[in-house]
Amino acid sequence: MKAAPFEYARAGSVREACELLARHGDGAKLVAGGQSLVAMMAMRLLRPAWLVDINEIEALQFVAIEHHAVRIGACTRQRAVERDDALAARVPLLRQALAWVGHLQTRNRGTIGGSLAHADPAAELPLVAQVLGARVVLRSSAGARTLAADRFFAGPMTTALRPDECLEESHWPVWPERRTGSAFTELSIRHGDFAIVAAAAQLALDADGRCTRAAFGLGGAAGTPLAFPHLAARLVGTRLDEAVVQEAARAAAAETQPGSDLHASAAYRRHLAGILAARALRAAHAAALAR
Amino acid sequence: MSETLYAISVDVNGRRRTGQVPARLSLVDWLRDEVRLTGTHVGCEHGICGACSIMLDGEPVRACLMYAVQAHGHRVTTVEGLARPDGAVSVLQDSFCEAHGLQCGYCTPGMLIAAQGLLDANPDPTEAEIRDAIGGNLCRCTGYQQIVEAVRLAAARIKESAP
Repeated sequence: MKAAPFEYARAGSVREACELLARHGDGAKLVAGGQSLVAMMAMRLLRPAWLVDINEIEALQFVAIEHHAVRIGACTRQRAVERDDALAARVPLLRQALAWVGHLQTRNRGTIGGSLAHADPAAELPLVAQVLGARVVLRSSAGARTLAADRFFAGPMTTALRPDECLEESHWPVWPERRTGSAFTELSIRHGDFAIVAAAAQLALDADGRCTRAAFGLGGAAGTPLAFPHLAARLVGTRLDEAVVQEAARAAAAETQPGSDLHASAAYRRHLAGILAARALRAAHAAALAR
Repeated sequence: MSETLYAISVDVNGRRRTGQVPARLSLVDWLRDEVRLTGTHVGCEHGICGACSIMLDGEPVRACLMYAVQAHGHRVTTVEGLARPDGAVSVLQDSFCEAHGLQCGYCTPGMLIAAQGLLDANPDPTEAEIRDAIGGNLCRCTGYQQIVEAVRLAAARIKESAP
């Protein structure tokens, strides 16, 4: 046995999970898919006194398609989201990003909420949440609050979640524009690894081919995934020609604060950020033009 | 200090197995050391290598990234459960032999589970789909080519034998 000893509780409901968190405080940790947490416990990077298992809470496993957003229960498996055609038609970036997330075996178990709460700065789903301005519902015994992604992600593996809160669901905006295109791309050592740098973009065009709405961002380029709403705003009204795309990507890369590690220097990551942001914008543009 | 033990009951390859486990016992350790099904291999023990792949409720997952206590009430299929009821190897397993899809055999149970999961969902996979399905499983002997060929051979054989 590699993990340090802990006590286990299987929560039957979100209310029960919140009560257990309130009772055991900082020593308790929620486990959803466990695809990061259990590995970290095996390495004893984490030694929770209590593990509160939310996998059996059926109310946390759903995809609800609504007019302006798709709501996803925190414990919904990544694979279930990836396979959902109706969802992919409304929030295509999720399926595009999930193709880069781990492997089939990890996506069969890994959850949407778990990836958001783990908040790895190079992870794909947090980047999509940041780019689209997804919102998360955080519940405790005292009640629920809703936070936008940019308020939720606080730093590397750090979120606004309080020790007694459970991430209950996430809300992903649906763009109603008919000519919407999106793209996700990244560079990693091997497919399925965390990205060295990742980029996501979503664009809407009018009948004339002019951009009416834009969003893009970068992962692995700072302590949290980055979105660039001020730079995206400059794309609106343009035809997204190469000079415009290059300038937006260059400006975004200049705003990154990447770190250096064994795999890539900060300078190389910043270089990649510009390249990948431009690729994502071009691919999203092509997808929008094709609609 | 004695650790709390949790009672579990798991359907393993169609048979109900019960046990008393500490919470930190991984599912793969329970399957190997308590249930004595040693076909599933332990590799990296932190979710990278895929050797410990099993099916949980019919879908391939990593048994080192689950605690045994979490499998309570669920259905687990190990590599032993892929064989035919009379113990003969399955078409997929036989195809691994035929196409030399293994050398040392350490990754093989994980590869078989990953490939079976693919064929269950997609009986006629492309080479790209096969490579994607086994992308989470490391093999240091074969260079993967013969494994891909084995899965392709199995798919063709299953198709041929279908009514």
